[in-house]
Amino acid sequence: MADFEPRIVTFCCNWCSYAGADGAGVARLQMPTNFRIIRTMCSARVDPEHVLRAFSKGADGVMILGCHPADCHYIGGNYRARRRIALLRMVLEQYGFDPRRLKLEWVSASEGEKFQKTICEFVDTIKALGPTPLVKGDE
Amino acid sequence: MTKSALVIGGGIAGIQASLDLADRDIHVYLVEKDPTIGGKMCRLDKTFPTNDCSACILSPKMADCAGHPNITVMSYSEVVKVDGEAGDFKVTVKKKPRYVKLKECTGCGDCVAKCPTKNIPDQFEYGLTTRKAIYIPHAQAVPRVALIDPNYCKMILNGKCGICEKTCKKGAINYADKEEEEVLEVGSIIAAVGFQLWDAGYATEYGYGRYDNVVTSMEYERMMCASGPDHGHIKCPSNGEAPQKIAFIQCCGSRSEKKNWKKYCSSVCCMYATKQAIITKEHAQVQEDIFFMDIRSYGKEFEAYIKRAQGQYGIIMHRGARVSNVEEDPETKKLTINYTDKDGNGTSAEYDLVVLSIGLNPPEGAEELAKVLGIGLNEYGFCETSVFKPLETTRPGILVSGAFSAPKDIPTTVAESSGASAKAGAYIVDENFEPCAPKQYPAEKDVAGKEPRVGVWVCECGINIGATVDVPSVAAYAGTLPHVVYATKTMYACAQDTLQAISAAIKEHDLNRVVVASCTPRTHEPLFRIACREGGLNQYLFNMANIRDQCSWIHMHEPEAATKKAKDLVRMAIAKACLLEPLEGAKIPVTQKAAVIGGGITGMTTALDIAAQGFEVHLVEREGQLGGQALNFRHKENGVDTLEFVKGLIDKVNSNNLIKVHLNAKVKDIPGFVGNFNLQLEDGTDEPVGAVIFAVGAPAYKPTEYNYGSDAKVMTGLECEQAIADGKFNKKNVAFIQCVGSRNESVGYCSRVCCTTALRNAIQIKLADPTANVTIFHKDIRTYGFREEMYRKASEVGVRFLRYDEEAPLPAYDGNTVTAFDLTLGADVSVPVDCVVLSNGIAPAREEKEELAKMVKVPISKDGFYFEAHQKLRPVDFATEGVYVAGLAHWPKHMDECIAQGSGAASRALTIISKKFLTSEGIVASVNEDYCDGCGVCEGCCEYKAITIVSKDGKLKSNVNAGLCKGCGCCVAACPSGAMEQKGFKNIQIQAEIDACLDYPVGGE
Repeated sequence: MADFEPRIVTFCCNWCSYAGADGAGVARLQMPTNFRIIRTMCSARVDPEHVLRAFSKGADGVMILGCHPADCHYIGGNYRARRRIALLRMVLEQYGFDPRRLKLEWVSASEGEKFQKTICEFVDTIKALGPTPLVKGDE
Repeated sequence: MTKSALVIGGGIAGIQASLDLADRDIHVYLVEKDPTIGGKMCRLDKTFPTNDCSACILSPKMADCAGHPNITVMSYSEVVKVDGEAGDFKVTVKKKPRYVKLKECTGCGDCVAKCPTKNIPDQFEYGLTTRKAIYIPHAQAVPRVALIDPNYCKMILNGKCGICEKTCKKGAINYADKEEEEVLEVGSIIAAVGFQLWDAGYATEYGYGRYDNVVTSMEYERMMCASGPDHGHIKCPSNGEAPQKIAFIQCCGSRSEKKNWKKYCSSVCCMYATKQAIITKEHAQVQEDIFFMDIRSYGKEFEAYIKRAQGQYGIIMHRGARVSNVEEDPETKKLTINYTDKDGNGTSAEYDLVVLSIGLNPPEGAEELAKVLGIGLNEYGFCETSVFKPLETTRPGILVSGAFSAPKDIPTTVAESSGASAKAGAYIVDENFEPCAPKQYPAEKDVAGKEPRVGVWVCECGINIGATVDVPSVAAYAGTLPHVVYATKTMYACAQDTLQAISAAIKEHDLNRVVVASCTPRTHEPLFRIACREGGLNQYLFNMANIRDQCSWIHMHEPEAATKKAKDLVRMAIAKACLLEPLEGAKIPVTQKAAVIGGGITGMTTALDIAAQGFEVHLVEREGQLGGQALNFRHKENGVDTLEFVKGLIDKVNSNNLIKVHLNAKVKDIPGFVGNFNLQLEDGTDEPVGAVIFAVGAPAYKPTEYNYGSDAKVMTGLECEQAIADGKFNKKNVAFIQCVGSRNESVGYCSRVCCTTALRNAIQIKLADPTANVTIFHKDIRTYGFREEMYRKASEVGVRFLRYDEEAPLPAYDGNTVTAFDLTLGADVSVPVDCVVLSNGIAPAREEKEELAKMVKVPISKDGFYFEAHQKLRPVDFATEGVYVAGLAHWPKHMDECIAQGSGAASRALTIISKKFLTSEGIVASVNEDYCDGCGVCEGCCEYKAITIVSKDGKLKSNVNAGLCKGCGCCVAACPSGAMEQKGFKNIQIQAEIDACLDYPVGGE
């Protein structure tokens, strides 16, 4: 398992976490390459179906990053994201899928360091969990 | 008839001033003496403290200037005469001959390749490389047009050659070109002519010009730069080898009374040298030493940057070390620096390369320009201004911004330039003002039902992307993907030539989708969207892949994995692009009023500048009177009492019919969005406004140190100032203690103003009583710019300075003496005192700021001040449109800087509220009524009340008000029937990204 390189899909909201990811770049904070960012305007735009689709296509982990509570650019989108993801994690667990593969975290526009830390920790988590038990696509 | 404005100088100062005026619908002539705009900033490699690539952040603004319908760029031109008066100037501009027709030349460079006259020193590269007699100034030049140097061209000199004329297929060469004059009628003028570099040839002791391996900081900047002569590979000029040890010598040309040196501090060198050292470390493992007297990191997040340089990058700082001379070993060409180490021992060290941190001089030709404009210069040869009128020259109607008035950094320059444009606009906007008509773009091509034809541009961004990601292979890979009909790499995607190429390729290859893989859409998407529009493509048919900020920069040591990731990101972006649809934004009415929160100097300045252009302002002050902190000040600036100035400002505000002052007022909430906010106060006031400015200031730090409050001997700097002004100060033995509440473990930043305040008080005390013993305990003295004069004067009148270690605790105080370890003497020194003045810093008051921040969703920086949209180029903007920040709410600063920034925020707000309508984003929600059964889930989750459930033909359906919708997409994820969609972020578009990511192996192949 030593050379297992997880594939992680990361949804970032445009205003805080995507800007935080850019901030990490501006500060040249180094981190593993395992994640691919998909930008949405708000974390609340992330439909649980998107998450399930990523898992079904073989993602080893999915992360949703949004603005801190009370800082959402769209007033309360991140609260909705929080509720939806909490429910989705319960559903995943009920189907015997490790909910630790789905993570929701808050990263503000000025938190490049937190972005780096979040990515590093999640990559470590997924590495410890090993490859996704789901067979890729319709293989 | 409505007059234009004139901006002289096409550097970042002139560019920002022009853009603000143009966005306020005022026509601008931008006159630049060089063949291209961009000034010094476009020659820089990176910018501090974010290490942003200078070209990357400037290029969009340069392109914006070139493409703006309201800006006429007059490059290679000079102002030679100004007649008339404010509101009605007649300005004669001399256009120098280019010998190339501006409108015909496409910047292809064929002529340059064929020109036989070589080896002419290239001024853009500061002579580090050579050019030909016909040349294009540089790759990002605006306009990107060739010109001929008549001093070298054989055809012009003796009529023999003519090769370029034969080569040019456009027939753009014109050897008979002549100097031309044009008279412009303008209402006001902004002089933004910048600075010139100090001539390092005067630094004979450092051997510049004699020793091969001594270079100036600007030369070094070009050496570091990917687009520079060595493509970013730093080499010793003597042998072309990579240096192992580099020394930076600070204050070269500054802070000295030597002949031809300047007395003032050049304000930016400490930071740029540290930046150069950090960037060099990122290129290679080198030992780097910086020799300086004081490190002047007084700006926003500068102190943290210096700490990072030392801690994270291991750059060695030699404090209090003015290098006396540099010696060269004639054989090895290595350089020896003699200096005093921190223990006071004379020592020497050998280096491969020495970089001289040269200072900033008044711009070339400042005296002639001052004569032409009829404005005054100060004793240092810079434009004369005053603390209370930092943007005004001595002649009404002529404003100034940027380094022409004093050495300063880029964010200060940008804020000033916005400010100057607010003031310049006031001379032009009257009751008969006619705004410029909006720009017309070519008709958009119909893409409905057509197969996607995607064009892909993969940017190298100099070496920012190219050094880590294998850009040619990414571009080649993109070309193999479905629907891609054109794929190429480019040096700078944001440069004018690439933007034009994108527009042209849309026509040439019949593209109906465009993808650019480069930096972040947060800064560059608007620029590429305009390029699409210019090519006749709807701007929403464009998508970006972020392969720099979120790839090459964060995976610098993993080129292979980063290249694979870049390919994945490009594939994902293309997959989404194929499914994009053309969109139109909604036209939203704008409330043409502004709210300014905070009635101090900054807020009042902002309010007055907005009102000066005829718009209503609500000025909200929580205290019972206007004036803020400045009401406590008792000193004079340029001979004017601060208090008198503040009272004058209050009178102006109170007598202005357009400004409604709300005293004792607390903001309850500010709901709404750009153009349509509601200012709600706790007294029940509810006023619609189009823009909001935060000028809430920041309080002085209340000291808990030195028994302040219980020991009668201990006072703050402000209390000292007040006692002096009241004639009540009579202490004999005075100690000033700097950095109380700043530069410590809990407050990491420098409060910027305390050194100057302490020196002003110390000088007053010594002048009143020359027998008084005044000692200043400090880590650094940060009297940047012309404030250095105070440091010199304080020393002259006998103020003593005791420098203690920056890592040491504050000096000890036992009630009678203050003791600290004097770094210069290398011993503990005790000073008996009957008065201790604490230079208490400025506290951020984070909690107060957070309250307001939450109302309009803007971020707070880690130090507790408001966090602007971009530290370098958008210093007064927030990422949230329509909300701005100025003054101490942004960062500690002096009064002149507050005033300039206050005007700057006014200008930015004017770009919004001066228009009756604004066009909203097109990425709003929309309903597919065939699927909608009117359940109302979407209505409940919409924060903006943009969704209502209406009855249509007897059935309940969801209805979206596009003007109110902010495009978050929350309702889309909530919709149980799949009826709701977000334009530009449709489910199938997001799914396409997910699939493109995971249906392929990593890296795609």
